[in-house]
Amino acid sequence: MFGKLTLDAFTHSSLIIVFANVIMVGTGLLVIGLLTYFRKWGYLYREWFTTVDHKKIGVMYIFIALIFLLRGFIDAAMVRAQQATAGPGMEGYLEAHHFAELFTGHGTMMIFFMAMPFIVGLMNIAIPLQIGARDVSYPLLNAISLWLTAAAGALVMISLLIGQFSEAGWSGYTPFSGLDHSPSVGVDYWIWALQISGISTTLTGVNFLVTILKKRAPGMNFMRMPMFTWTSLCTTILIVLSFPALTVALALLALDRSAGTHFFTGTMGGDQMMYINMFWIWGHPEVYILVLPVFGVFSEVVTTYCNKRLFGYKSMVWATMAIAFLSFTVWVHHFFTMGQDPLRNAAFGIATMVIAIPTGVKIYDWIWTMFRGRIEFKLPMLWTLGFIITFTMGGMSGVLLAIPGADYKMHNSLFLVAHFHNVLIPGTMFGLLAGFYYWFPKAFGFKLDEKWGRHSFFGWLVGFYVAFVPLYMLGMMGMPRRMASYENPVWHFWLVIAAIGALIVAYGIFAMFMQIYVSYRDREKNRDLSGDPWGGRTLEWSIASPPPEYNFAIIPEVHDRDAFMYMKVHNTAYQRPERYEDIHMPKSTPIAIVIAGLAFVFGFAYVWHIWWLAGLCLLGVIGAVIARSFNPEPEYVIPAGEVERTENAFHDKVAQDGALERMKHIESFGDERSAYAATPEPSTTGTQSEKPL
Amino acid sequence: MSSNAHDLNSIRAAARADTEVNFGFWIYLMSDVIIFSMLFLVYVDLSQRYAGGPTAADVFELRGVFLETMALLLSSLTFGMAMVNLHQGQKERVVIWLGVTFVLGAFFLGHELSEFAHLIHEGASFTRSGFLSAFFGLVGTHGAHVFFGLVWIVVMVVQIKLRGLTPPVASRLARLSLFWHFLDLVWICVFSTVYLPGVLQGVAA
Ligand code: HEM
Ligand SMILES: [Cu+2]
Repeated sequence: MFGKLTLDAFTHSSLIIVFANVIMVGTGLLVIGLLTYFRKWGYLYREWFTTVDHKKIGVMYIFIALIFLLRGFIDAAMVRAQQATAGPGMEGYLEAHHFAELFTGHGTMMIFFMAMPFIVGLMNIAIPLQIGARDVSYPLLNAISLWLTAAAGALVMISLLIGQFSEAGWSGYTPFSGLDHSPSVGVDYWIWALQISGISTTLTGVNFLVTILKKRAPGMNFMRMPMFTWTSLCTTILIVLSFPALTVALALLALDRSAGTHFFTGTMGGDQMMYINMFWIWGHPEVYILVLPVFGVFSEVVTTYCNKRLFGYKSMVWATMAIAFLSFTVWVHHFFTMGQDPLRNAAFGIATMVIAIPTGVKIYDWIWTMFRGRIEFKLPMLWTLGFIITFTMGGMSGVLLAIPGADYKMHNSLFLVAHFHNVLIPGTMFGLLAGFYYWFPKAFGFKLDEKWGRHSFFGWLVGFYVAFVPLYMLGMMGMPRRMASYENPVWHFWLVIAAIGALIVAYGIFAMFMQIYVSYRDREKNRDLSGDPWGGRTLEWSIASPPPEYNFAIIPEVHDRDAFMYMKVHNTAYQRPERYEDIHMPKSTPIAIVIAGLAFVFGFAYVWHIWWLAGLCLLGVIGAVIARSFNPEPEYVIPAGEVERTENAFHDKVAQDGALERMKHIESFGDERSAYAATPEPSTTGTQSEKPL
Repeated sequence: MSSNAHDLNSIRAAARADTEVNFGFWIYLMSDVIIFSMLFLVYVDLSQRYAGGPTAADVFELRGVFLETMALLLSSLTFGMAMVNLHQGQKERVVIWLGVTFVLGAFFLGHELSEFAHLIHEGASFTRSGFLSAFFGLVGTHGAHVFFGLVWIVVMVVQIKLRGLTPPVASRLARLSLFWHFLDLVWICVFSTVYLPGVLQGVAA
């Protein structure tokens, strides 16, 4: 009846896990209690759980990401604490298998449930607004993606309570992740969490690829797309072409573990190396999926806060595409040491180094954009500067590792761990936090606190160096990664330093949550009335913050790459049309949470081999999809009158904020007028007057 | 009459390959192409790993596979007929051709399942060797796609019966048609990567 699930699954040998469970369940109950007490369920259900609005979906993605940032960081801190206390003659405080769950959980959560949802969240909030669209191409699919990610995250969470998580590392290499070496359910939880979130990401990839290609406002040709949209376009292409490889690898691993097949087993004709190849055929593009959209964020930030057009826009576009293409040609660098011939290693090593060229192009483009710009040192600029310097170093150590001969020494050492954190933390984390600050007012209508933001920045920056420079040294001294304990006394000192670094990062994370709290408390003071708090250049800043559910009352016409700046310079921003029209929007629907709920139960049932339940859930998903196909696309209409009222209220606020005055003096913001001198005046047909109102 | 002509135009427009939703389906199929490419890679990699068990030449029987293949190829043609009639607005004929397509697809799937059952009965199950795992994995994934295609055909027939040839129905039929032709294409690759070399190996030996 319940497959492998018995009461034993609820007992845990480690007190620490019991404690973690008490906290997790306690927090869960507390939240549920509070929501019930304040009668918030109806509101949540109507406004959030059933919504198909891309802006709210984006906010929920980032909410998930922040939860998993906390959990992922706690796991990392525990790893650091263990290694700082488990030197020669010391015990440490963790059992080896629990330690393995922690580094596996940390890597898995940071990549799949922190970085990916954060990125997809920013894409959700920004892209439809940047391209002048009212929503994504498939709003319901978008909601399904969100809730599938939540379901997958819930599987990771519940593995803490019932059973255990994987000990096989975030990459789950065979044969260790096979049934012979990992008979517990941990790997199965890992498989289904990744499988469900991977499918969600694939659907997101399809959705945004079509959105960007098909829903751009008139006039926005490819060379007028904002840089974040461009890098996201390349990212979605990578997602569509690479995630299926992960899907297959995980599915076959699941079959090996549950159906007795021999795809990756060491015996009976299976091929372990095939798993590792397939994992990295997805895995290397994945690191660019993590970093390309963030490059886009930095591009937006640099142009906005330097009050200058992006330097070398075309080279940036080509560099992005080159990186996207090359990312498929380098996967073997993750296992130079696993026995292919030197020629093959050399080829993949060189391909890897070649990626440094387009990446370098981007770095120079950002620097040249700053050059002679009128730089405002707002928080996102700090993140950007921290990124440029730190990421360049990480890239350098990557080029080192790309030399197969050197990699034989560095492979599987802490040098590697230092390298990938050295690119992931500036390249992903810093950029996500910069984008968070940058678009926060757009999503919520008020700005984030600057002071706590700076605390957070310095916590992360200093903490990063203190935590990870020692790992470079340790790697040079020969310390392998994933060590629960060690006998070399020399290593201990550096591991203590690294642990201190993690504490400093902890302060940065604390400061970030303080920043959110303080900003919320003082939100009335920090209101963004004009919808354009930074003097932005792209279309998302031309509408209210937060935008109305239909985003654009009138779909704008695009005349330039910096579409909104062009409007401001030509005094065509904030214009009202002669009359408004009814707007059709997709209706909310509970179907996404139903499907995701079934997916969650399916994953859980598969983990515990409760086959009847898994089968029922699968049937349920198919049934839900079919049932939905019998309903004609449900829409609701926002009447023109209501649109007009909303827009008028926005225009009043714009006037109140003085945005129109600022617009007249825009030439004092650097070389805007001359930059646009070459482009022709826009047509003003269809607008009520030539002057902004 | 004129309203009818108008309907035809909107049906044809909805069935175009480049509408937003149909375009998205192309993109989805791209990801499916990667799924199959991976499974082909797996098969090629494991195709000689018999682990002392039956070889490709032992388990493949070309005559049945040939029939199966013909049925599936023919079903692409009959689906094409359904689409031609859709463009003419001939509701009854669309249903008939979909029915024929369903029968051919069901024949294909039935044949494949009986082949699987036979192999498992003979001791050549997917647990026997890497080669057989890869074989069942690749062919089975294609079969699962055909199964979903059949379910989809049934759903579409019901929708045509209930709603008639409306633009949403036409748009879905266009996607189903893409899906079905795609499966045909994949099968041609399966035939020439799995069955042909397997049998030729036996002939050469
Ligand atoms: C916040 C600061 C962070 C700290 C202190 C930290 C610390 C660590 C530590 C101690 C390990 C294990 C090293 C070992 O194997 O000995 C690790 C592994 C890892 N970290 Fe982090 N990390 C941080 C942030 C991140 C972020 C932001 C990401 C991704 C976006 C990330 C991804 C990974 C991955 C993928 C692994 C490999 C896990 C494995 O071995 O399977 N980390 N990290
Ligand atoms: Cu790589």
